[in-house]
Amino acid sequence: MFAGEQIAELLTSLGITHVVTVPDSTIGRWETAIAQSGITLVRVCREGEAWAVAGGLHLGGATPLVMIQCTGLFESGDALRNMLHEWKLPLYSFIGYRSYLNQETLPGDTSLTFTEPILAAWQIDVRLITEASQLHAVAAHYRACRAANKPGTALIAEGNA
Amino acid sequence: MIDLEAALAPVRRLRRGNDVVITTMAASRAWMALGTGPLDFTFVPSCMGHATSLGLGLALAQPQRRIIVCNGDGSMLMNLGSLVTITAQAPRNLVVLVLDNGVYEVTGAQPTPGSGEGRSLGTRVDFAAMARAAGFTAVYHFADSESWSDAAAAALGAEGPVFVWLDVRAVAGRPGPRSPGPAAERALQFVRAITLSQDAPR
Repeated sequence: MFAGEQIAELLTSLGITHVVTVPDSTIGRWETAIAQSGITLVRVCREGEAWAVAGGLHLGGATPLVMIQCTGLFESGDALRNMLHEWKLPLYSFIGYRSYLNQETLPGDTSLTFTEPILAAWQIDVRLITEASQLHAVAAHYRACRAANKPGTALIAEGNA
Repeated sequence: MIDLEAALAPVRRLRRGNDVVITTMAASRAWMALGTGPLDFTFVPSCMGHATSLGLGLALAQPQRRIIVCNGDGSMLMNLGSLVTITAQAPRNLVVLVLDNGVYEVTGAQPTPGSGEGRSLGTRVDFAAMARAAGFTAVYHFADSESWSDAAAAALGAEGPVFVWLDVRAVAGRPGPRSPGPAAERALQFVRAITLSQDAPR
């Protein structure tokens, strides 16, 4: 839906200093442009790590973004709970919503069943992004969450597994 | 074997004013008992195994100061991938200590799957070998207080990322650490301390 250059420009405009990530076939294509923009990519081995790395970055004065697929969200539970709800760190994330636009690669993908309920269970302010024209909505949502000093997620629809 | 307090003593003696010390699990309890300062991050409550990841984030955000993570072996086993994540970033200012007592002490001293007692073949895992394999080049292992105390300055002062593995005596029945206060308030206090100490002597 978005080109890497669009995402890199957006993140730069938002003042993001570090992107903590595990790629999938959509968000992984943004890595090169993000790295070329001067934002530091922190590639973690598993998504639960991403929240704690981002927490440390935030505590140290940086402005991190967690960028993972929804399957990694499922793996993230304890780290997310601790960073967002115990330490109350206002971490923002991009979460790729696998199979939302089509299920050609993974028919019956249960990501569609569980992603939004799990985000709701974790009490995260979510903005669902389903069209390329909504890039500005991501920026607006990020700024609103920052202003409210609360975590937030741009849930970005994907069409591939 | 090294008593937990003796394992932490060189860290307290050698830490610089600008250093951040992160403690978790049993190390938090022992560290708090000796007194804490504004740049001590008592990672209680924690997310399981993620002290190393938190330390990496801090090290990347604060490259001018040393970040020392006092981790347990059970916690390290829960997040072994973080060793690879750390070396991928290669922060020169990060020190990871693994205080290895072979058990989950705070839950009643059950053996970890990495301890000799917890493995069918009885041979404990080699954290130093794992750290080296993950890409750490400054790797140390100490099994007694004297050698650790004598070498601590060199180990903690080596160019990071540094990995120090300490054989620590397990004590069954010790209570787990208690949070020293509301986590969110402590996070804010810590951020203030980081900000105020940006230009402090190192």
